[in-house]
Amino acid sequence: MKRRDLLATGTAAAIGSLARPRLSLAQDTRVLRFVPQANLSSLDAIAGTQYVVRNASLLIWDTLFGVDSNLVPKLQMAEAYEATDGNKTWTIRLRPGLKFHDGEPVLSRDVVASLNRWMVRDTMGQRIKASLDAMEALDDRTVRIRLNKPFPKMLFALGKSNAPVAEIMPERIAKTDPFQLIKEYVGSGPMAFKKDEWVPGSLAVFEKFAGYEPRPEAADWLSGGKRMKFDRIEWLILPDDATKAAALQNGEIDWWENPVPDLVPLLKRNRNLNVDIADPLGNIGSFRINHLHPPFNDPRVRRAVMMALSQEDYMRAVVGNDDELWKAQPGFFTPGTAAYTEEGGEILKGPRRYDEAKKLLAEAGYKGETIVLCVATDVQITKAQGDVTADLLQRIGMKVDYQALDWGTVGARRAKKDPPSQGGWHIFHTWHAGADCINPAPYTAFDAGGDKAWFGWPKSDAIQAGIATWYDAPDAAAEKAAVTDLNRMAMEFVTYIPTGFFLGYQAWRKNVSGVVKAPFPVFWGVQKT
Amino acid sequence: MLGYLARRVLSTIPVMAIVALFVFSLLYIAPGDPAAIIAGDQATPADVERIRAGLGLDRPFLIRFGEWAWHVLNGDLGVSIFTNLPVTRMIGQRLEPTASLMVLTLILSIGIAVPMGVLAAWNQGTWIDRLIMIFAVFGFSVPVFVVGYILAYVFALELDWFPVQGYTPLAKGFGPWLNNLVLPAVALGGVYIALIARITRATMLEVLSQDYIRTAKAKGVGSRTILFLHALKNAAVPIVTVIGIGVALLIGGAVVTESVFAIPGLGRLVVDAILRRDYPVIQGVVLLFSFVYVLVNLGVDLLYTAFDPRIRY
Repeated sequence: MKRRDLLATGTAAAIGSLARPRLSLAQDTRVLRFVPQANLSSLDAIAGTQYVVRNASLLIWDTLFGVDSNLVPKLQMAEAYEATDGNKTWTIRLRPGLKFHDGEPVLSRDVVASLNRWMVRDTMGQRIKASLDAMEALDDRTVRIRLNKPFPKMLFALGKSNAPVAEIMPERIAKTDPFQLIKEYVGSGPMAFKKDEWVPGSLAVFEKFAGYEPRPEAADWLSGGKRMKFDRIEWLILPDDATKAAALQNGEIDWWENPVPDLVPLLKRNRNLNVDIADPLGNIGSFRINHLHPPFNDPRVRRAVMMALSQEDYMRAVVGNDDELWKAQPGFFTPGTAAYTEEGGEILKGPRRYDEAKKLLAEAGYKGETIVLCVATDVQITKAQGDVTADLLQRIGMKVDYQALDWGTVGARRAKKDPPSQGGWHIFHTWHAGADCINPAPYTAFDAGGDKAWFGWPKSDAIQAGIATWYDAPDAAAEKAAVTDLNRMAMEFVTYIPTGFFLGYQAWRKNVSGVVKAPFPVFWGVQKT
Repeated sequence: MLGYLARRVLSTIPVMAIVALFVFSLLYIAPGDPAAIIAGDQATPADVERIRAGLGLDRPFLIRFGEWAWHVLNGDLGVSIFTNLPVTRMIGQRLEPTASLMVLTLILSIGIAVPMGVLAAWNQGTWIDRLIMIFAVFGFSVPVFVVGYILAYVFALELDWFPVQGYTPLAKGFGPWLNNLVLPAVALGGVYIALIARITRATMLEVLSQDYIRTAKAKGVGSRTILFLHALKNAAVPIVTVIGIGVALLIGGAVVTESVFAIPGLGRLVVDAILRRDYPVIQGVVLLFSFVYVLVNLGVDLLYTAFDPRIRY
């Protein structure tokens, strides 16, 4: 062969081999490629409460009960339950034939160990633990929880979707310290985690668990039959939003959990894609205040800021000009749910009152102290809110020290109780998933228990008493009365300032069907053609 | 020569020790807390404190550093705070994509930039020279991520020649491997090509003005021989130096390129680790990068002797 022929043949072979590798169609329809909201850095949804970890854990682990789209808990791993002694004794019987991914049967001792671990970390679990007389395995499939006071919200606690979720794991794993991450990822959920294929920060693979027996009912969020139409689900961690958009358009991924608002118009124009609201319960923007130090230890200063704060400004900064994505929210609980009320929320309505705010600040003795505003500039939602806050505080005559940080630093900084001038803080921004604000139980940011409360350490005995009233409420009417009171009290006290309610989109290819709106990606029932 | 080699290899030990101490100290004083990130946004301050204690992050600096250094000396880079996977395994998973990207970029860059520089010098002042220098300025000026987006838009989305993102291991075939790397290597190579081309041109201009080149021309030696045998070999030392220095540029550029093209490489690993404060992973990757850079410099020094026999160690 001549040199030129050899070169020509080699070049042709090289170009030929560059043809893009494609899976066969049948194989491709059994694999879902999903891009989650964030990097999946761990898989322990008890030790950690990150939403992305919770979402992945719901594939691997199952729950005794599961809430449906009306937030009503339904039987899931449990076959039946009985509440006796005025809701003080709860007896739960497991479905027969439940198995873990390692082939071992799910036994009541696994349930006891799992709930013991969960109770340490979950706010509802902590309430159960505080009145727990005993939790015992009566036989392989029966667990009895005995309390010394009624706990009418037991089923919701065991079936809620808020992190930490009461997931059932093998006893040997559940015995891990609840403050340390587990090392084995064995559950009894519809998909098994492929630890050998895990490339943290890039790829997480879930494989259909052949031993999973779905319930006969239709799936509805965490309840019903979790029927998987895929043999394999790949979570691809793509760090760049433009790359995600391009990969979705190019058919390299099937479903993107949270496209950024800027790219949504581009995705909507593509006829191969569906774009729709992801989570109907949305999110609540948060202006978090440190109650420990002047000037914000005075409620008048907090109210002064609140009367000047325009939720529209915040929401437009967060979601842009898409009016479908936001609404004003003069209340603390999730709009559209039974708990939502605007009681006491007048201060957030109507034209903003800058002059009145300045007057109130002067009355409260504000003397131009520098306000330390910690802004996580690497997260678009917090950056947008931080910018609006800096402007707002200056408008009412406050001196602002805008500290641009990354989220990792804000996460550590907000735990500091030191005075702001010595490394502490006055204000930081975040947001709360609407699913966590449907009532006071999972709503950590609403708690006003002082030292035990969330960052900012608000302290109000009246609010704490109100939360206790809600827990004891025997019916929906009593619950509504309790949250109405709570909303009014929290508005007066200004536990924190809600900056508005906003929604997010999800996007998926048109050959994928069965995608539903929920606070977490629901994979059961989804299929690809 | 062997003595020199042994001395240089041994000298990497104190360098690595200083790097290790520096990186550990830097991370110790840097703000941020992995416990807060593990705990998530809903956790209370008390939860975060318990997790921090569980991770041993509340222990004094010297104890933590001593423990980590001892493990490193035993070949154990520790375990990721988040994934509980050994850092060596995580680095092992990411090594091939980054090495592939860097090697392909180096081959592409040197293969294009050196002839470009030579050509520009040989045609100094002509439109060829100007065109090449305009390209070089362009390569310097346009950020890697912009080039990446443009390439992905044109060649992946519009023409569908290449995938937008991802990496296929070499074990799955040369074609698929190359297919995933062409666009990232071109994007990353832009700056590098510009740098090498400019240095090659400048050095070649200097060499081409030397007396021995004039003598060679007077003797009737052909242009190709003068350029590539006489001139380029004598211009090689500065070019090789720049190529060596440019490896650091490549490491920095790989972080961006790996993010734009979603290549699961070391650059992304270390950025993710920094954002999460996954200290063992950051320390492991930085140590590795430092070691590679020290080795590259050693290689460059050794190459000098090949191009210029007057250099002796």
